[in-house]
Amino acid sequence: MKVTIKYFGMLAEAAGKDEETLEVKGGLSATELKDQQIRKYQISDPESVQLAVNQDLNSEIELKEGDEVAFLPPFAGG
Amino acid sequence: MRYDRQIKLDIVGVSGQEKLGNSSVLIVGVGGLGCPAAQYLAGAGIGRIGLMDHDKVSITNLHRQVLYDGFDVGKPKALVAKEKLQRVNSEIEIVAIEEALTIENAEMFFNQYDLILDGTDNFETKYLINDACILAGKPWVYASVYKNEGQLSVFNYQGGPSYRCLFPKTTRQNVSCEATGVLGVTPGILGMLQAAETLKIILGAGNVLSGKLKLINILSGTDQILKIQPKQEEIEKIRKQGIIPVRIDCEIKDAGKTYLDVREAFEQPKVNSENVIHIPLGSLQDRLSEIPNLEEVLVFCQSGIRSRKAVEMLQKEFGFQNLKNVEGGIETLIDG
Repeated sequence: MKVTIKYFGMLAEAAGKDEETLEVKGGLSATELKDQQIRKYQISDPESVQLAVNQDLNSEIELKEGDEVAFLPPFAGG
Repeated sequence: MRYDRQIKLDIVGVSGQEKLGNSSVLIVGVGGLGCPAAQYLAGAGIGRIGLMDHDKVSITNLHRQVLYDGFDVGKPKALVAKEKLQRVNSEIEIVAIEEALTIENAEMFFNQYDLILDGTDNFETKYLINDACILAGKPWVYASVYKNEGQLSVFNYQGGPSYRCLFPKTTRQNVSCEATGVLGVTPGILGMLQAAETLKIILGAGNVLSGKLKLINILSGTDQILKIQPKQEEIEKIRKQGIIPVRIDCEIKDAGKTYLDVREAFEQPKVNSENVIHIPLGSLQDRLSEIPNLEEVLVFCQSGIRSRKAVEMLQKEFGFQNLKNVEGGIETLIDG
């Protein structure tokens, strides 16, 4: 199944893009997808990264075809 | 009459204007976010505005901190901002607080205002505002900037989620606008949106951005709103334990060497140990005597760029032969 990932802040820099669509195996959870991408892009401080599935910040979700997953880092500039 | 143009709006009217006049807002940090927020809130006639900032105006602030001009460089931000805003609106009370927000003073200050507007630029203070707002029972209007992106939300509003519900765990990678660079308009837009949320809360108008996180990207022109799930345990924890300090200190792995940190004092993660000397890049020339010139000194900054400049400058102009740049910056020196 296909899912779309949106990267924000420094995660977009680590991934080299702010969006990508991936083919993933059915039944994958949002957290598993996160672990996979964290390894792929060597993202540091992974426990601070929050996930939103279809604009809802809740990572305890099994992904479905066409889902959009946002990878959101904390930042504090001002 | 001063407020005529907003009183004409049905969400304001005479009674709304009275609400604004009877309200009070504490702005913590009068920088890139706090300046535009303060200007519009003063203009709108908020009865009492607290301006809390312990910093002084620097020339590198002027491109985004729009209350200050070239004559203000070196002066305390809170005092300058008060003076300028009082010229915009002489009918309101403006309180300059030339202090840093601390665990000791946060609740005391927050108790004196109806809501808190976050104009800060670091995680420690954002968690501190969050915790003190939970304890004082005040809503706060949050914003953060990273390069061309911004985050905006209202926390602790009518039982809504807190900042800890959004980010239960923080990161050591606090990168400030000073470090990453930022267009002045980005915190400007976010600060104005914070002022808008503040006015909505006071007027009881529209949909307050509570339980939602607005993400703004000024380059792509796309905005998104994400729904934040409340985590009651994160709020209860603060009610039971009080303010939980977030410190972004860290240890250097190889403690047997001497280090020179050329970052500014506000940059994080902070490293505090005896073998680390802290002199910001811009002050090196004035503080040469503090730099050891015999044993090897490892020079670092956030990413390795400023420290490379520092090493080159100290070698070429002042003859230091014992300095080595830490390529890759602080992250390569610390654990985790």
